[in-house]
Amino acid sequence: MKNNDIIVNIVRFIVLVFLQVLMLNNINIAGYINPYLYIFFILMYPLDGNKGLLIFLSFLLGLSIDIFEDSGGVHAAACAFIAYIRPVVLKYSFGVSYEYNSVKIKKADPMERLTYIASLVFMHHFVMFSLEIFSVKHILLLLKSTLFSGIFTIILIVCTLVLFNRKST
Amino acid sequence: MQQIIFFFIRNKNFLLFAVLFAISVALTIQTHNYHNDKYISSANYITGGIYTFRNNVADYFSLGKENEQLLQENLMLRKKLDQFKEVVNVEKLDSTFLSSKFTYFTARVINNNYSKTKNQLTLDKGRKDSIKIDLAVISSKGIVGIVSDVSENYATVQSILNTQSRINAKLKNSGDFGSLKWDTKNPNIAQLIDIPRIAKIKKGDTIVTGGRSTIFPEGILIGTIKDFHLDNDDNYYYVNIDLFNDMTSLEHVYLIENNDAQEIIELEKGVEDEEQ
Repeated sequence: MKNNDIIVNIVRFIVLVFLQVLMLNNINIAGYINPYLYIFFILMYPLDGNKGLLIFLSFLLGLSIDIFEDSGGVHAAACAFIAYIRPVVLKYSFGVSYEYNSVKIKKADPMERLTYIASLVFMHHFVMFSLEIFSVKHILLLLKSTLFSGIFTIILIVCTLVLFNRKST
Repeated sequence: MQQIIFFFIRNKNFLLFAVLFAISVALTIQTHNYHNDKYISSANYITGGIYTFRNNVADYFSLGKENEQLLQENLMLRKKLDQFKEVVNVEKLDSTFLSSKFTYFTARVINNNYSKTKNQLTLDKGRKDSIKIDLAVISSKGIVGIVSDVSENYATVQSILNTQSRINAKLKNSGDFGSLKWDTKNPNIAQLIDIPRIAKIKKGDTIVTGGRSTIFPEGILIGTIKDFHLDNDDNYYYVNIDLFNDMTSLEHVYLIENNDAQEIIELEKGVEDEEQ
């Protein structure tokens, strides 16, 4: 990780937490659909960065959201989970080549990129909502929330990527 | 020995993940128990401060509506006072000699959620303003929830839109008791269960809090009956209630302390101890 990367990631961490708790958590389309854009941090974490550090940072990221949301540890658990599973998802969406640092998430093939984003987003949402709802009785609510919030999150992440890509080129 | 160390080094990411995941699940389970001391909650200095800041800005957008609501409430209280004056000669009374079973506080809602299954609110008053756990929270329109956690300057409230809330309620007309709960589907509709089938019940009846708890005074408004049907065993009614309160836009709330709560709880505890 370069010096520049460290600063970018720290700023991204803080901005995303604030954006999430001050704005995005209050959208509530149809009463329960919210985007969870903050996991953008985990998706965009440098591919060659330390994996242990990523798991720990993701846990902290989730925990900060939890403290604001009074939701115990549901975001922290979901974030730690996708941070741990990320290398596997990277491998099946971009092929093995990502390990040799030849892939950049911002410049990868759109389909591969979408697979990567969608898999992680749905996994995160599923773990988070299962822990939050914590009951088999509401399984339909769980699936509904995962699907709709997931789609919303994916759209926002893709938009963010497009927006910031244009600026850098 | 060496092999054990190698094992740890090889699986260090997995172990780190497992430990952190276990911690988060433990935190989650801890919030599922009402009344446990919470270490991780929005009633702390930093998050409370940030939410207060946000509300200072956002409050201006709803000033008009809030004023309207306060006017309505004043009007209602004035009417009640006039009725009261007809019965009692108020001029002779001085409020310092009036003793009430209940103490009232006001607070502002700085964070509110209603889209989860276990919803919480955060208020800008805390221990410093003599807010305690288990105080009742209402708005001018009706019931809101119960204080579940306090810090020095802030308090969190378990909303009635929480699958763990059970609040004693009754039909205003017939006086039949039931308990209020929420099925997570709609933030404007709550459910009343355990109303016996012999109760006289009809659409549009008003539901108020029952006097059987040490938390809520009797007769706080809850909502009106939307529809009802008998449950599976045909013994009790299952009633859907349209809440008077719009739980999605709460600004100012009142907290009510029952000054006799301690005494009642101790008395009841004494009876239980004797039974054992």
